Amino acid sequence: MSIDASASPRPDRTEPGRTGSHLRKPKDHVGSRYPLWFYVPGGLVYLVFFIIPTAASFYFAFTRWTLFESEFIGFDNFVTFFNEPGLIGSLWNTLVYGFVTSGSKVVLGMALAVVLSLPVIARGYLRSVTFFPVLLSTVGVGLTFQVLLDPFNGIVNKAWTALSGMDGPGWLTNPDFALLSVAAIDVWKGLGIATLIYIAGIAAIPNEYFEAARVDGASGWQTFRSIILPLSFPATSTVILLSLIGGLRSFDLIWTTTGGGPGFSSDVIASVIYKQYQAGFYGLSTAGNVILFIVVTAIVYPLNRWLNSKETDL
Amino acid sequence: MSIHKKASSTIAVGLVATLALTACSSDGPSAENGDATGTVNLTLLVDVSDQSMNIANAVVDAFNESQDGIEMEIESRPGGTDGDNLIKTRLATGEMNDVFNYNSGSLFAALDPANNLVALTDQPFMEGIDETFKTATKSGDDFYGVPFEQAMGGGILYNKSVYADLGLEVPKTWDQFMDNNAKIKEAGIDPVIQTYADTWTSQLFVLADFHNVSATQPDWAEKYTANEAKFAEEPALKGFERLQEVYDAGYLNKDFASATQSQGMQQLVDGTGAHYPMLTFAISSYVDLAEDAAENIGFFAQPGDDEGNYGLTAWTPGGFYVPKSTEGQQLDAVMTFLEFAASPAACDAVSDATTPNGPYMITECKLPDGLPAAVGDLQQYFTDGNASPALEFLSPIKGPNLEKIAVEVGSGIATAADGAARYDEDVKKQAQQLGLDGW
Repeated sequence: MSIDASASPRPDRTEPGRTGSHLRKPKDHVGSRYPLWFYVPGGLVYLVFFIIPTAASFYFAFTRWTLFESEFIGFDNFVTFFNEPGLIGSLWNTLVYGFVTSGSKVVLGMALAVVLSLPVIARGYLRSVTFFPVLLSTVGVGLTFQVLLDPFNGIVNKAWTALSGMDGPGWLTNPDFALLSVAAIDVWKGLGIATLIYIAGIAAIPNEYFEAARVDGASGWQTFRSIILPLSFPATSTVILLSLIGGLRSFDLIWTTTGGGPGFSSDVIASVIYKQYQAGFYGLSTAGNVILFIVVTAIVYPLNRWLNSKETDL
Repeated sequence: MSIHKKASSTIAVGLVATLALTACSSDGPSAENGDATGTVNLTLLVDVSDQSMNIANAVVDAFNESQDGIEMEIESRPGGTDGDNLIKTRLATGEMNDVFNYNSGSLFAALDPANNLVALTDQPFMEGIDETFKTATKSGDDFYGVPFEQAMGGGILYNKSVYADLGLEVPKTWDQFMDNNAKIKEAGIDPVIQTYADTWTSQLFVLADFHNVSATQPDWAEKYTANEAKFAEEPALKGFERLQEVYDAGYLNKDFASATQSQGMQQLVDGTGAHYPMLTFAISSYVDLAEDAAENIGFFAQPGDDEGNYGLTAWTPGGFYVPKSTEGQQLDAVMTFLEFAASPAACDAVSDATTPNGPYMITECKLPDGLPAAVGDLQQYFTDGNASPALEFLSPIKGPNLEKIAVEVGSGIATAADGAARYDEDVKKQAQQLGLDGW
């Protein structure tokens, strides 16, 4: 590969690392002006605060660890974790939560972005309003919604009772709704980012396509279906990846709204891990983190590969 | 030139690395204590609840006034499981304050006292401390704690005027309790208040039933620690069944799933609810909610099946502990403080500043007059010798998920049998973590 590199049409743009400094040494000013030493401070910080803790956590996942001392117990933590009655439920909840929030953000974000790309009245204001929830602290949002969604004193159910004359559902206290309610809050809060990415994606589509479509007499739906949807695919893949990763490891919103409850009905892997940590099962919770890492990687890595391959096909 | 450059960059790198590493290390809080005038400065770490802060402030203020050589300050920490983590982390890193407060019983046992705490066994002031408390802060052959507050009971707070209006009597058996509930329900009042927004309040029916368990099987706690007795079996299963029973009978307030402890207290004081399973440390939290609350709310222990065994499940209070990282001059000063904290002067200061919730764990201390009715009801069980310690003081094992499981059983998501079985699994992890035999 490195021998072919000089013959390839754009060697130093596609593969700057592979072209290798030994092939082009006389011209390589960058290499001579900044010695390898300059990597050391950054590398040291990376080593101390990232590599070592990561390696340590992989080790402690195999121990029974009290912070004071640790005892190597092999795969016992993983066995315990998978025997945990709540784990299967929380794994399922994690997937539901990740895919529901990610899917909703794609659909709603795309719809909002299309509307906000049209010449509507007060477009700038509406764009800001859409983005505003993103700026709020997640914990603040969680606590606020806990008050708003209180089954008897919250404004949502007061309105519900005023309209229907009946008691509203316990959004966060009914085990059947709790997880989906939190997912809905997550979508409300994170939709701004998805919309923003889509607006940028749509704005990046060259105007010629729209003009050509107009000349050909395409309807609004046809323009959307055949131009906006396929050509904003890079935006879609970014939104899917970001929101899926965020959803799969979501913790703060769930913890502040339901605490994984009622009972265990809205527990996700991250909240199960946190509870193990709270209980002082440090080895077990570290093992849980390793599992979460593997689950997220196992879902996101192939998805990323697939999305990227679709992108280059375009 | 290039050699020179290399040398200077090496030095730069070395400097940066040293700085980075210096930032990582820490001298711990005790290093900067003590000043030129000879005053020893101490810090006390206390959980941030009103109750604890009021008590700590009263004791510390009185102590600072009582002498000149030592100046003590209070640092607050979060309560609950976040607080547990903070304490364990500080102990593990040797950065604990000079003295701190923490629970007795199973939570205390999880701190690995022999390795982390200073034993107080030989201190002269230990003689004046109640034996029950000493047992709850014992590890191996040594005692480690000085009582921080008063003893508590787990049981049921009830509205006396509801009882008077309906002509009810304080129940001595569970069946009588359920009969009372039926009558209260008929009168249009919620018989049992539950507040699952504060999840810990869900555990009371299970925890406060323990007197009934140990009355039928005195060695249950030992068997439980040895992995021979289970919650999924009689007699301990009863606690979970009672939780399910009140839910199945429709005796709960309708907002039980979303109510908080303070809302529950309000319902009890207002008489819209009649019974509230609670720990008595919460007594001080309702006295200001209504004019007559102090007299109108009473307390009784959770009744069991047999009237002959009727009695109270008691909790010993948290204590002051000294970490091994406190040494020399600081340690001497801390001992002076503990001697004060174990004296009647400290109790009097606390009685002046707060409403005591139960008997002091220091033998010479007396409760003042004019306390809320529930404190008197509680005191009666101790005076009659009709109280036995809660499970967490007899066994180091307490599963972390009991409150979540109790919420499930208490709101009909799981049955009592399933909940109890699940709790047995939960407990297993704790036992393994503690390295107990037989698990």
